[in-house]
Amino acid sequence: MSQATMTRNAIQIKDLDLYYGEKQALKKINMSIEEKTVVALIGPSGCGKSTFLRTLNRMNDMIPGVRIDGTITMHDEDIYNKEIDVEMLRKEVGMVFQAPNPFPKSIYDNVAYGPRVHGQRNRKILDEIVERSLRQAALWEEVKDRLKDRATGLSGGQQQRLCIARTLAVEPEIVLMDEPTSALDPISTAKIEELIQELKQKYTIIIVTHNMQQAARISDRTAFFLNGELVEEDKTERLFSNPKDQRTEDYITGRFG
Amino acid sequence: MKNHSLGTAGRFRRSRSLGRTWENMIPKLLLACALISVFTTLGIIGTLISETTSFFSQVSFGEFFTETKWTALFHESQQHFGVWPLIAGTLLVTGIAAIVAVPIGLASAIYLSEYANPKVSKVLKPILEVLAGVPTIVYGFFALTFVTPLLRGLLPEMGVFNALSAGIVVGIMIIPLIASLSEDAMSAVPKNIREAAYAMGCTKFEVALKVVVPAALSGIIASFVLGLSRAIGETMIVTIAAGSTPQLTLDPTESVQTMTSFIVQAATGDNSFGSTAYGAIYAVGMTLFLFTLVMNLLAQYISRRFKEEY
Repeated sequence: MSQATMTRNAIQIKDLDLYYGEKQALKKINMSIEEKTVVALIGPSGCGKSTFLRTLNRMNDMIPGVRIDGTITMHDEDIYNKEIDVEMLRKEVGMVFQAPNPFPKSIYDNVAYGPRVHGQRNRKILDEIVERSLRQAALWEEVKDRLKDRATGLSGGQQQRLCIARTLAVEPEIVLMDEPTSALDPISTAKIEELIQELKQKYTIIIVTHNMQQAARISDRTAFFLNGELVEEDKTERLFSNPKDQRTEDYITGRFG
Repeated sequence: MKNHSLGTAGRFRRSRSLGRTWENMIPKLLLACALISVFTTLGIIGTLISETTSFFSQVSFGEFFTETKWTALFHESQQHFGVWPLIAGTLLVTGIAAIVAVPIGLASAIYLSEYANPKVSKVLKPILEVLAGVPTIVYGFFALTFVTPLLRGLLPEMGVFNALSAGIVVGIMIIPLIASLSEDAMSAVPKNIREAAYAMGCTKFEVALKVVVPAALSGIIASFVLGLSRAIGETMIVTIAAGSTPQLTLDPTESVQTMTSFIVQAATGDNSFGSTAYGAIYAVGMTLFLFTLVMNLLAQYISRRFKEEY
């Protein structure tokens, strides 16, 4: 089927509508996300960017009264198909949250948690996964001597990198990040931004951010959401330097939001 | 002084002196109320200690804690004061209660906290808590007239009074306590930790069992200990359903006597004040008090020592 194109789409979103009860939170979203790119979702609070992010790993399923129309395709399959195993989907589509949320367990157990749940019992393999994931999250050097310490004793920035390592440990293809630096200080934020640049070699990253400078610094493409609509989606430089839509221009020049 | 006087009634003068006095008395009254329970506790401990001391001047410590026969209410020539049969009876009933209440209580808590939709748990939890308020004598008759006949249908050799029936019903009695306290502990686990697990591809049951329960473990264990300390102190159910045969046995089909049911039997009998049998009530009461005190301290220690920080 696929021609010899250089890039492949990781996700294809077609006519996506989402309703919370009566209220429509996402309106006819159409978007393609290429493999191994960083896509930033920006927009004012309540514009639907986080809701959109959570449709991609079906985290919205847990909210009562949510209804979804349209299709989201990954690997030629609609992830909202009834046959889909949500747990398998979430293994492929990892997520990092706004506030660091490590389990009240040791650093090691946090990272090994996902592989264990998915059936990995071999101690040696787990050790390897933990080390590799912590290295990928640029945390290994800081914690390698205290893997048995409680994760809640780490600093906020370290906790967030631990959460990233925990997500990487189940070897997802796509990593969703919901304002991952909004609770962190500037130095930790810089570390995570650097990390995102590294991770892009292997993963497709979709990141919600409130911070337009951050979007400009780290993303290949940027999507601007407003009132549940995808207003504009383009290469990041182009969206910030030469937006097509007046509303995008108003937002990025700080006229509202 | 300034020239102009303050006039007849200065705006900020203390005019309502009666109200002021009353206001000053309130903390003292409240303190007095709080002290009532403190003094009561001290009084109870004092009485227990003094009566227990006088009991041990007649019966040796060694006999109390090493002998295996308890015949405190027999004629003086046949009296034995080895407390172990009563402790064994108490532990047997408590053990059976734990086997019933711990899994069911925990399962109920998991259901309420993780599975039930909020509307259902809003109805279920108060019902559970009402169950905790049923007088224990009602449970006692439930044991004797419902559970025991049922069990004897399965185990025909078993007597009317047995530890099994009492233990099961004591267990049923403490299920609401364990379920309610465990549910509180599990509900206190932050939502974002659950989300992290879901986002990694965990099923609901994996989230409940491998994230929420471990995170709430201190509260859950504290609820077990508190529940069991109530089982140890439970009186009416065992008095009615377990019989009054002090014997050193771990056979649940036997009739046993617990520490509490001995106290009931001795206190409602006609032991003369100051007799050794009368003193035995206090010695057993002291033992029971120490048991439940240790359990309660343990519960407090566990919930403090292993308090989770999220």
